[in-house]
Amino acid sequence: MAGGQHQPIGVLGAALDACKTALLAFGLCVPIVLLRTDQDISNQLILVPRPGLTLALVAIAFASRFIWLLAADWHGRRPARVARVPVLAGMTLSPEAARRFAVGGLIFLFAYPMLSLALVGPAGSIKWIDNFGIQILIYVMLGWGLNIVVGLAGLLDLGYVAFYAVGAYAYALLASNDVVKDFMAELIGPWFWPAWGFWICLPVAGILAAFWGIILGFPVLRLRGDYLAIVTLAFGEIIRLILINWVDVTGGYAGISGIPRPSFFGLPFNATEDGFAATFGLEFTPLHRTIFLFYLILVLALITNVVTIRLRRLPVGRAWEALREDEIACRSLGINTTNTKLTAFAIGAGFGGFAGAFFAARQNFISPESFTFLESAVILAIVVLGGMGSQIGVAIAAIAMIGGTELLRELEWLKHIFGADFDPTQYRMLLFGLAMVIIMIWRPRGLIANRQPTLFLATRRAISGDLVKEGHG
Amino acid sequence: MRWEEAPLLEIEHLTMRFGGLVAVNDVSFGAGRGDITAIIGPNGAGKTTVFNCITGFYKPTSGRMVMSHTGNAVSDEVAALTLSGARYARRGENALFLLERMPDHEIAAKARVARTFQNIRLFTGMTALENLIVAQHNTLMDASGWTVLGLIGLPRYTRAERAAIERARYWLDLIGLTARADDSAGSLPYGDQRRLEIARAMCSDPLLLCLDEPAAGLNPRESAELNRLLKTIQREHGTSILLIEHDMSVVMEISDHVIVLEYGIKISDGTAEHVRNDPKVIAAYLGVGDDEVEAVAKGELP
Repeated sequence: MAGGQHQPIGVLGAALDACKTALLAFGLCVPIVLLRTDQDISNQLILVPRPGLTLALVAIAFASRFIWLLAADWHGRRPARVARVPVLAGMTLSPEAARRFAVGGLIFLFAYPMLSLALVGPAGSIKWIDNFGIQILIYVMLGWGLNIVVGLAGLLDLGYVAFYAVGAYAYALLASNDVVKDFMAELIGPWFWPAWGFWICLPVAGILAAFWGIILGFPVLRLRGDYLAIVTLAFGEIIRLILINWVDVTGGYAGISGIPRPSFFGLPFNATEDGFAATFGLEFTPLHRTIFLFYLILVLALITNVVTIRLRRLPVGRAWEALREDEIACRSLGINTTNTKLTAFAIGAGFGGFAGAFFAARQNFISPESFTFLESAVILAIVVLGGMGSQIGVAIAAIAMIGGTELLRELEWLKHIFGADFDPTQYRMLLFGLAMVIIMIWRPRGLIANRQPTLFLATRRAISGDLVKEGHG
Repeated sequence: MRWEEAPLLEIEHLTMRFGGLVAVNDVSFGAGRGDITAIIGPNGAGKTTVFNCITGFYKPTSGRMVMSHTGNAVSDEVAALTLSGARYARRGENALFLLERMPDHEIAAKARVARTFQNIRLFTGMTALENLIVAQHNTLMDASGWTVLGLIGLPRYTRAERAAIERARYWLDLIGLTARADDSAGSLPYGDQRRLEIARAMCSDPLLLCLDEPAAGLNPRESAELNRLLKTIQREHGTSILLIEHDMSVVMEISDHVIVLEYGIKISDGTAEHVRNDPKVIAAYLGVGDDEVEAVAKGELP
């Protein structure tokens, strides 16, 4: 409420205005809140009036409007502040700062399991390494994978979770398949498959997912914008429905359990004599596997990152970005846009497949419930919030969104205030939405909006996000 | 006349219909090797449609468009290629392309026809230098061994990229944008963007450069600069130019050959001098009735 023409509204005016707001709130509350449909003992639909709740909401609307207006009044009398949010809106990450941030982040990540061990001890650190570390890194990897399709090539993909599912199921089915196991036992020896199965199935799962990426790519080549989004969304749902209904192979809703866990390059993580702990003369603890899984997903995510950074500097990566900027100009320069789109879909899907295979190996159990549209939406939200195309931005967004969700589980003490029924994790989506709205108001192009050019003549200068196009997806 | 003796591009009976509208009606002309050929005509005459047909963005309703890299298309060979159903044929030095059969990106990559657009289509979020590197996509793609070898970091790709940067630097020097090479293309002034788009098209190493209104929106000084740039391209690179233009100072000064379209029909074809004095052209531009054309020719009407 800054500006020269400001008219003080006064307490009475504010109260009047707030009354109008309250009336409006009441009008909205009557159909939605006041009457609730419920079932009584004899299973009949009855209306339960909730006057207390309605009154409370109307009172909140009145009070917040009243306070808002008075605060604006008080604010308006002071000299107008010059800068409101440009400090935040113009925040850029220079290449040096980005490098320092990346190096610091890497050192922290590699030391993270040790740090948590030292700080909270072996019992408490499983949660920190597994729920926070591994969970976040899976989403960092998925975000980076989707970033290739959405951020670089500018193709809006709402069904990315399909490739995650393909990877997970490919790993689960291959690794726990008796035919493959017997074949390998006959070919090499019975020791081989339990020890090395994971390391063979992981790339196979990635390649299969990439293959499905191409299969999705073909029908959507000619689609743009909303149409592309809808078809990719449908593709994700088709995969999920196949997983649910093809009971013979996938187990339907029951999913697949007893998926072989990864070994330490042949040494299983168990208490036997050939186990990891015994070989290295350590006392057996399940923590070893957790720490190993942490480093495994860290390496997988870093591979995704390094490959993406390198691809950006190769002709195929530049063609992706050019495609995002202007597809017609690309074609006029002799770039085969069909191949370019298909490689983006395939490589993005491949990384999703790797992450899926890892997920299956870590969970030991998968079911179609893990691959709902919500997952696609979360991954896409990570990419958009992070700043499309920015690797560091995506990593930060994944930490904030997934770490934030996990943190909600830590807020058990809130039960003392709101009662035992209160579950903070239920408010996850509400907070997601709120965070999205706030970030999109303050930073409409994501956390890191600037684009770093892939090569330069004299100096590397970041390109403002306003000039970078979002693609036709 | 070069466009009759050694046509780089020969358009024969090109027709393009959009539903009931005939945008281009049975137009035939040649573009000589090494010539600057201009297509002029009032608004809506079908000039850009002809361009879009040549560059593969539209599939023509009927007609043949033969691109011959050496400029001596033997009619037997062209007839044989047309009958064979193939899109193109290479025989030693010469290569023949039937553009109406080829997809747009192949026309740019194989037939070596590059184009610019009426409304500039630069990659605004990429630097001027990156724009010129993207234009060399196919050369670099080969050098990177379809990405696989480049991903490992073989010196062959590094060398190719360095050569690509050198080529981009040459063009940046020529259009006077070296100092702004690392700025995003979208932040450049309008005139610079026009020149950068031409440089980008030239970086794809074309034999025929199609420019859609390159002087639109330029001031007289920039227009003169453009004339010099096009002359340099013609002289030093041997690239033939086909351009659509409304600015007669550009057309008359640099064109070797002018084609005039009106309502999708070719009404005149010849040297700039010939076209300038063609009563049909004068009538088209001044807008007189058919019966008055003769009068215009005799100088009785202004």
